[in-house]
Amino acid sequence: MTTPRPLVSHPILDRISERQRSLILVSLATILGAIAQILMKKGADPSIQGMIPTIIRIFTNLYLFSGYALYGVFAVLMVLALRKGQLSLLYPVIALTFVWVAILSVFFLHETLSPMRIAGIATVVFGVGLIGFGDKTPATKAEDQ
Amino acid sequence: METPVSSMVWVVSGSFIGSFGSVLLKAGAIRLERNWASLLLNWRLALGIVTYLLSSLFFVRGVANGELSLLYPLVAVGYVWTMFWARIFFGEPLTRMKFLALFVILAGVAMIGAGTMPKR
Repeated sequence: MTTPRPLVSHPILDRISERQRSLILVSLATILGAIAQILMKKGADPSIQGMIPTIIRIFTNLYLFSGYALYGVFAVLMVLALRKGQLSLLYPVIALTFVWVAILSVFFLHETLSPMRIAGIATVVFGVGLIGFGDKTPATKAEDQ
Repeated sequence: METPVSSMVWVVSGSFIGSFGSVLLKAGAIRLERNWASLLLNWRLALGIVTYLLSSLFFVRGVANGELSLLYPLVAVGYVWTMFWARIFFGEPLTRMKFLALFVILAGVAMIGAGTMPKR
């Protein structure tokens, strides 16, 4: 298998390893992904039911439209970061999305986090991170070296 | 703001559908070659994207009512399905660590749910 050519080249970037680049890319992506969720929530209308009206709203509501657009960017960044196939390493970073969504919900949706909910979210983040360690078969361990 | 149970059902259903989207995207991606035909005529990839969009409609329907800080973590239940599909469709090993992860995720989701039960 050939190593994918880096998309951006710069003397500073070249000093960062491919793995670190993937980590930075995914970290940025999780923030974008979380913002997308907030926008989708803002754009969702409880009075609209049914699939077709919802699809129409995606194209007519600015919040929903930008939420979907940002989610598309998030998906592309993820694919780029995952080209190297170190899913084990990236899962714990992906789990950060849950943290960002919780924080942004407080600031932009005025939600309150009970101690129980904070503990629950922390537990989910830990669990999602664990999936990555579950991926460490001997083959991927060698790959990570 | 109260979060109705129906919203939680919408979001969890969406994550269930989305887990099939992941399977289809993976199935399509491993068939990709360095030509446009393998991308454009890839029905698995196309169906995967459609499945993802369908799951997002469930998600939007769900978050229309209720709190995002409660509903969004429910998406993690989808990872549990994905682990099983990965085992069934791609023969990926279900390690002990993944089982542990599964239980931790479900415990976290249960805590978030328990934290929102109306006080009696």
